[in-house]
Amino acid sequence: MLDTAAFKTLPNAPGVGYKPQHFSQIITQADPVQWLEIHAENYMGDGGRPLAQLRHLAEQFAISVHGVGLSIGGEDPLDPSHLARLKHLISWLNPASFSEHLAWSTHDGHFYNDLLPLPYTDATLNRVCDHIDQLQEAIGRKMLLENPSSYLAFAESTWSEPAFLAEISRRTGCGLLLDVNNVFVSASNLDFSPQGYIDDFPLDQVGEIHLGGHDEDEDDAGRPLLIDSHGRAVVDPVWALLDYTLARCGPKPVLIEWDNDVPDWPVLAAEAHRAADALSGLCEKTCATLPCRPLCPHERFGLAHPCRIRVSGGL
Amino acid sequence: MSDLDLPTPAASVSQAAFSHAMMDGSAAVPAGLVDPQNASAGRRFAVYRNNIAVSLTEAMHSAFPVIAKLLGKANMDGLAGLYLRAHPPSSPLMMFYGAEFPAFLEAMPQLNHLGYLGDVARLELALRQSYHAADAAPIAPEALADLSEAELLATKVTFAPALQLLRSKWPLCAIWHFNTLADAPTPQAGAQNILITLPEFDPIPQVLSDAGILWITALQEGASIAEAVARATEVEDGFDLVAPLTLLLQGNAIIGLENKG
Repeated sequence: MLDTAAFKTLPNAPGVGYKPQHFSQIITQADPVQWLEIHAENYMGDGGRPLAQLRHLAEQFAISVHGVGLSIGGEDPLDPSHLARLKHLISWLNPASFSEHLAWSTHDGHFYNDLLPLPYTDATLNRVCDHIDQLQEAIGRKMLLENPSSYLAFAESTWSEPAFLAEISRRTGCGLLLDVNNVFVSASNLDFSPQGYIDDFPLDQVGEIHLGGHDEDEDDAGRPLLIDSHGRAVVDPVWALLDYTLARCGPKPVLIEWDNDVPDWPVLAAEAHRAADALSGLCEKTCATLPCRPLCPHERFGLAHPCRIRVSGGL
Repeated sequence: MSDLDLPTPAASVSQAAFSHAMMDGSAAVPAGLVDPQNASAGRRFAVYRNNIAVSLTEAMHSAFPVIAKLLGKANMDGLAGLYLRAHPPSSPLMMFYGAEFPAFLEAMPQLNHLGYLGDVARLELALRQSYHAADAAPIAPEALADLSEAELLATKVTFAPALQLLRSKWPLCAIWHFNTLADAPTPQAGAQNILITLPEFDPIPQVLSDAGILWITALQEGASIAEAVARATEVEDGFDLVAPLTLLLQGNAIIGLENKG
């Protein structure tokens, strides 16, 4: 049995992916950032500056540990030494959240340093669920599983991605990390409606939302091919998709991911401010059309607002 | 029996096939990977080929900045591309990627004229090992000063996990300084041994004499200070432990003392 009640949770507020070059500014002028996400594998050394900084940050912020190397979607068994490293990190840090990806990155002993796609079939469903069971057992808590960015599809797939993720969550008890930029990128690349994807997504299982920037390329036919690069600002249509999502699921922890060509702190903080605006604007946008939810974002951010909001799919 | 009416089952793509095609740019895109019109994924698959090449090449640049500076960006990109196919990472801990790079460089005939590259890469690997080494509280300097000479000579020491030693037939420390410090002098021919310590969070390489590195190596192997001095004196008459001991103390490299007797 997993006892999740004892752990801290991420606040329904903006967070950012932590980059060491922002350490001193985060310590002194984090506003509006209330929590930080780290990549687990960067904190698996034995000591030194990375762990010293992380210990310091964990005293001031809720921390989300985001794994990028477990290869949950891999055909091979999970690497027991990597599982042990994750267990060790989560054990001493006691983060507010642990998440990983619906993807694979290791095959036959080689680690490819990328999130690679898998077909959605009954066989892969069983394998992913087995791996998540094993992970959650090892770390003693439930994880969040993130939807990928897709550039191509598998002809053999028999499940839609939202249904596949919903079934994984139902079987394993894991929560989900909804990357809204990934939805936008995949929808453009695979020609489906991003709003339809959100409508089909099991939003009541979402424990965290990701936002990031993407690049634009072309496929062989000259059609746009969006690349999930995390190397620039979030584009307006993705912010709109965030609004659409929040209006349906209510406030969530919202993370800005910026991993390449990392900007100076004020640029990243401005993105976080925009996420804060989306969370605080939620009340006005939704209360007119939807029944009320007990914890309204206006209350969270200390703003006066008369309504008691409840969003469909929420509490 | 006719199978003409049976639908063709969609091709299944194994991760072995995906990996092979991803690492070999001349391989065909596996059948079964498709675009929204169910046509072959074609160029879409190249996103994965590109991601792994770019991310691992960037990892090599940040792991071996002095090698990259010595060779230039274009040459480093080319070497990284060859290296990542010959030695893809075996672990998700990218902080330790590149362990085979020194030997890889030394085995490249085109680089024979730059014989020191392998040792420079070894130094950059050792600096990263030191950076990520386990924390350990150093002894207070008074802990040694309080000992009588007899006690000091009988003492054995324990070193911080961040301590690293390298021996090179090249002026390795001078090459590293020349490529990382603005005002460093041009390296002069000659062998150099290196001691790496981690005074706080940034590893520092410094030159050690032949006797100095023998002395520290003997201590690492469990010799007392007196026994280690005897070993060092075999290569240097009148060996004085003050210089290497000072480097160790300034580098917070001694974390334990054991006095017998």
